[in-house]
Amino acid sequence: MYNFNFEPVLAGFDKLLVGAALTIQLSVGAMLIGLIVSIFCAWGKTSGPLPLRWLVNAYIEIIRNTPFLVQIFFIFFGLPSLGLRLTPNSAALLALVVNFGAYGTEIIRAGIESIQKGQVEAGTALGLSKLQIFRYIVMKPALRTVYPSLTSQFIYLMLNTSVVSVISADDLAAAGNDLQSATFASFEVYVVITAMYLVMSVAFSTLFAAIQKVAFKYPLSR
Amino acid sequence: MLIRPFGWNEFWIIVMAAQWTIALSAIAFAGGGVGGLLVALARVADHKVPRLLATGFIRLFQGTPLLMQLFLVFFGMNIFGFAVNPWIAAMIALTLHASAFLGEIWRGCIEAVPPGQREAATALGLRYINRMRYIILPQATRVAVAPTVGFLVQLIKGTSLAAIIGFVELTRQGQIINNATFSPFLVFSTVAAIYFILCWPLSLLAGRMERKFSRATTR
Repeated sequence: MYNFNFEPVLAGFDKLLVGAALTIQLSVGAMLIGLIVSIFCAWGKTSGPLPLRWLVNAYIEIIRNTPFLVQIFFIFFGLPSLGLRLTPNSAALLALVVNFGAYGTEIIRAGIESIQKGQVEAGTALGLSKLQIFRYIVMKPALRTVYPSLTSQFIYLMLNTSVVSVISADDLAAAGNDLQSATFASFEVYVVITAMYLVMSVAFSTLFAAIQKVAFKYPLSR
Repeated sequence: MLIRPFGWNEFWIIVMAAQWTIALSAIAFAGGGVGGLLVALARVADHKVPRLLATGFIRLFQGTPLLMQLFLVFFGMNIFGFAVNPWIAAMIALTLHASAFLGEIWRGCIEAVPPGQREAATALGLRYINRMRYIILPQATRVAVAPTVGFLVQLIKGTSLAAIIGFVELTRQGQIINNATFSPFLVFSTVAAIYFILCWPLSLLAGRMERKFSRATTR
């Protein structure tokens, strides 16, 4: 019978916490930058010039139909031959932004398309500028509509960050890999780390639900 | 150092490795289909216990990274006295993963069937099994096809993580070739292109079915 030994895991728990902090940093950073990319691409896809639409479409289809692991290998190992050399952590951030951007674009595009034409026309009639219309009339209600999809995409992104450990970025999964090769308590290490990911995803879901209550409190006008 | 160039030979080695990606995806999809049906049925069961168990199972697999699930099965096999085998570990982990996700997708489809259908079936004296078999599931299936194909794409991409526990499929073969030829740009472009060829038609199909279905159901 196997004897479970959690002591070495608990002894190295501070390292796991440091790793978890980087996982959160990477996820939040990738989401914020990725959101900007998404909003830009969603604008490009819905109202940009034709070549830009093709470009955005190609970007979305390529990213959504290839595994994240291959994307990160391509960025970390492939790009240096084009002269772009990145540290593991910045390659990880770049890969996460590129990945999240593609999914985020589709989500935000769906939100933009849910806005009725009359709304935009009403904005034009009121004399609002194009930017004002995009910001207040299109984006604000669109973000509210797609908020649940965006948050679940974020959780998915956070779980996906574990993959960046393969290029030895310093995230939680990498901290776990180090700890298991030092202690040989592989199963115990991964049980603890999996539990930590679970806690983080539950915590973020709760946080997002709380934010939703505060940020989207204004009533829906019908 | 022995570095060989990336030629047709290397290209074909990578292309041939796609069969393992396809095999792993097919097994996980078939296993996940059976498991997912059980999870979905448990999730909408009349009793509380199976409902809670299924919810816990889904939460656990949707709230943790697939990579950790692979690691846990891989190292867990050793603990429970089985020889460590990346092929079997990947198969089990991906099957469980697919069961949870398909279970949640199909639960949504079952609940999308109007409640009157269930009530009418109950009123006609149909018990749980017959009610599901003849009334609910046939209607839920129509809703389920598009998101199921969409998940298949996610599953095919997910099989790439089996490379990390050492199962030689498309991505791992790419890594191996890359180590021998050291032309990462070509190698990973090839690997990405093969995944794209596998996944893109499925994505298009899922999108088309979804649009067709939403047109059919909007009034």
